[in-house]
Amino acid sequence: MKPDARLTVAITGMNAVPDNPGAGLAVARCLREAYGERLRIVGLGYDALDPGLHRQEYCDSAHLISYPGSGSDALFDRLAEIHEIEHIDVLLPCLDAELPLLVNLAPRLAELGIRSYLPSREQLAKRAKDRLAELAREAGTASPETLPITHADFFRDCDRKGWPFPLVVKGVFYDARMAANREEAEVAFRAIAAEWGLPVLVQRRITGEECNLAGIGDGHGALLGEVMMKKRATTSRGKAWAGISIHDEELSAAAHRLVAALQWKGPIEIEVMRDNRGIYQLIEINPRFPAWIYLSHGVGRNLPALLLALVLGEKTLPLAPPRPGLLFIRYAQETLVPLSSFESLMVEGRSALESEKP
Amino acid sequence: MENNQASEGRSLELPKPEVLKRLALSDSGFVFDPVTGNSFTVNGSGLAILRRLQHETDLSRIVASLGEAFEVDTLSAERDVIEFANLLRNTFR
Repeated sequence: MKPDARLTVAITGMNAVPDNPGAGLAVARCLREAYGERLRIVGLGYDALDPGLHRQEYCDSAHLISYPGSGSDALFDRLAEIHEIEHIDVLLPCLDAELPLLVNLAPRLAELGIRSYLPSREQLAKRAKDRLAELAREAGTASPETLPITHADFFRDCDRKGWPFPLVVKGVFYDARMAANREEAEVAFRAIAAEWGLPVLVQRRITGEECNLAGIGDGHGALLGEVMMKKRATTSRGKAWAGISIHDEELSAAAHRLVAALQWKGPIEIEVMRDNRGIYQLIEINPRFPAWIYLSHGVGRNLPALLLALVLGEKTLPLAPPRPGLLFIRYAQETLVPLSSFESLMVEGRSALESEKP
Repeated sequence: MENNQASEGRSLELPKPEVLKRLALSDSGFVFDPVTGNSFTVNGSGLAILRRLQHETDLSRIVASLGEAFEVDTLSAERDVIEFANLLRNTFR
């Protein structure tokens, strides 16, 4: 029997390393803003040091789950175990690497009563980095030329093959590093290949201004509630440290075309570079909300709340018109964690959050 | 007056009108472009010119309007407007 009548939403991606945070904490924050305490939030993470798992304002309880590398059966078993305790109504995954597994697991999870709002396997594959150029062509959007490679030898004479430095070296699933010369490219290749496997992608570097768009695909070709942001400061890994909301009809139109081409269902982040000619070049499509999604609440378009309404099949409220000019600035902050909470996560893989009273 | 006549009917080379019109101008001189997310600051003279450029492209009318609002001779006003227009062209290339 469910111990609490409130709707229970489980959210992954509670990691928040400053140079590359997950989106889970921001999604939880958005839902808390929209629903307050009418919602139970269960934080799911991979490491007892994921700070989101210890933020009692956003998570009512926290659990560790198995890494995606352990396979879908292990993940399902762990989620089923957590479900026994928490009675999860909705699962909102926030990390790229989880998506392929959870898309496959969605029907089994639904049988347990855990609802989600995810793309199909085909939709997920179609926006993968190695197929992005093909998708961009289909949607009539520009994108930088990308080449899959399987050996670092490529960088010995890449300029003679028409690929002069600087280049962007990317993993098929994740990670992108700028390489100004052969040495840097080889280091990036090895690191990315070791973590994300082969092939590694080489992309021509586009100079310009990076803008991102977050929204939700309804699975029938429509893009709902887009929110756009221009990066104003980035971390060493190119992640937004500060950004400002913008609204550009041209970017909106490109995003609508991409979502229509994908028939995308679920949260989506579209990353583009506005090049020196003012043309939007598609860089990446992420199958989840971005870590800056709290900005959507700020501009009156709380996308995680909209997503929850869609999952539940509720009537969605009209969104506010675009509101350019709202800035966000990220900052690092220490969260105090009672030893008992940390111990509980480490030993039992779960924690009912307690507050640290100084 | 001669300068006014010289500039009469002359249009300035400016960024696209829709680009100038969409700029959010604050009395402090803070300027925000809601489409690109870029922001910059202008001084009082720049702000006065930019406000006029948002709905006027004729040099002589802009210079005359500046002359009515400020104690500035026509030649200086014309020079400032042309220089500022060049700056804007470079900024919004």
